[in-house]
Amino acid sequence: MTQQPATAPAPVLSARGVRKSFGHVEVLRGIDLDVEAGETVVILGPSGSGKSTFLRCINLLESLYGGRILVDGRDVGFEVRGDRLHELAPDEIARRRRDIGMVFQQFNLFPHMTAFENIIEAPVGVKGEKRAEATERARALLAQVGLSGREDAYPRQLSGGQQQRVAIARALAMRPKLMLFDEPTSALDPELVGEVLQTMKQLASQGLTMVVVTHEISFAREAADRVVFMDGGLVVEEGKPEDVIDNPRHERTRSFLARFL
Amino acid sequence: MAVPDKAGVVRRRQDAAAAPEPATLDVSNATRRQHPIRWLAGILVAVLLAQLINMLVTNDNFGWSVVAQWFTAESIMRGLGVTLVLTVIAMVIGIVLGVLLAVCRISGNPLLRAAAGAYIWFFRGTPTLVQLIFFYNLSALLPRISFGIPFGPEFVAFDTNTVITPLLAAILGLGLNEGAYMAEIVRGGLLSVDHGQREAGQALGMTDRRIMKRVILPQAMRFIVPPTGNQVISMVKATALVSVIALSDLLYTAQSIYNRTFETIPLLLVAVIWYLVVTSVLYFGQSFIERHYARGDRQQPSSFWDFLRIRPKRNAFPAVTEGPST
Repeated sequence: MTQQPATAPAPVLSARGVRKSFGHVEVLRGIDLDVEAGETVVILGPSGSGKSTFLRCINLLESLYGGRILVDGRDVGFEVRGDRLHELAPDEIARRRRDIGMVFQQFNLFPHMTAFENIIEAPVGVKGEKRAEATERARALLAQVGLSGREDAYPRQLSGGQQQRVAIARALAMRPKLMLFDEPTSALDPELVGEVLQTMKQLASQGLTMVVVTHEISFAREAADRVVFMDGGLVVEEGKPEDVIDNPRHERTRSFLARFL
Repeated sequence: MAVPDKAGVVRRRQDAAAAPEPATLDVSNATRRQHPIRWLAGILVAVLLAQLINMLVTNDNFGWSVVAQWFTAESIMRGLGVTLVLTVIAMVIGIVLGVLLAVCRISGNPLLRAAAGAYIWFFRGTPTLVQLIFFYNLSALLPRISFGIPFGPEFVAFDTNTVITPLLAAILGLGLNEGAYMAEIVRGGLLSVDHGQREAGQALGMTDRRIMKRVILPQAMRFIVPPTGNQVISMVKATALVSVIALSDLLYTAQSIYNRTFETIPLLLVAVIWYLVVTSVLYFGQSFIERHYARGDRQQPSSFWDFLRIRPKRNAFPAVTEGPST
């Protein structure tokens, strides 16, 4: 049912008609989005457009009310039996979330663990990787995000930008097939935004599949393969960054972007 | 950290005002405020303390020689042992029960939430003393206790009077009651952990159990441990209630001795001093543990010794402590 013809590889993320409401407020009114392997998709849009909610629906931090989201060809929270979806048990959902990395606006590092312990916690404790292996990889990841030698620092001893880079390394340690970034620079002091965006650009160029919700137009222009503009719970327009950002077709996109020029 | 150089500040101010300021106009040379009320209060307390000591020494009714005679008597030691054992067992039951109830209280299952809520409501809403007497007289309500299939056959049955000894009644009364209070403490601790922590665990594919064990509980401990220390100290004192159901704890032992010898005050003093010794040791342990869990926090709880120490003048206005270099 979810199988695609062998010639076209299944998209890493495939969302169809995703709907969600909080009480009487409809936040998502039918979102369709496909993300191919290796693609970097940036979602732009005004506050309240539903972009963060959509991102959180992908790994089921928010439950969707309608539509369907497939990650790597599978529903994260459901199982197909016959012609219906059946809700999975929490532990099975947890297992399926391992393939989806997430970076939060507020970093959400574990404050009682060092940078190193934050990174190896899930690979060792959840995936059952060997400690020696995970240790080596944690060092390599910290080096990759430019934090070699800060293994033993606790989150509070690191700056916001450094914390966010540790959080990126922590998510990467699970070898995710898809990485979600939920406004990763919004909580940072302006002078620290650059180092995080630099790390993310590097990851995008290395072929990591990424969905990024952000207000950093310059990042979208430089690193995105595709830009999606959302407003009022709908995708208003999507396309190459030079098209959407420099030649927006819709009035709402234009007025949103005008604020950043 | 960008602390502006002292000389630089002075120089800039001079440029602006164009009038030289003496170098002594610096906070580090400021004259400290005087505290006459503190001195007055200190003198008052000293007079009262002298009176108290005078009374302790000159009033023969204290019977210090009798206190010394009974202080380490075997029966008193046994009573103290019962008090300590009862404290430990009741606290263990209370903590285990408290964690279970707290997890029920915040679980997604509305039935479990309601059941835990009702338990806490009942045990916090009735006096511990009444609960103790109730358990002690359980046989009047349920002459037999049996285990089996509900409304079906029984597997084992006991005569309530032989099972519910004073010790068991005391353990049940104190432990079940403590569980209700611990539940609220644990629940407060769990809720104090930022919601993002749970989400970070979920996003990493952790199961709920693992998130609780590795992420939430270790952080909640900082909020759970200090009030739990208070509960232990309260429990030491609450065990004195069991003297009403004829369990030979410290107080009951002292009472049964003075009922024979009529040396009421000296024997009560024996009990008082032992309670103070035990709670003092616990207070000391608690402040030690509290400081352990407050590590890295900006606000270290200041101890009594810090309060007594005369602060060096230079630190009267301490520089801002170094925070994260955000």
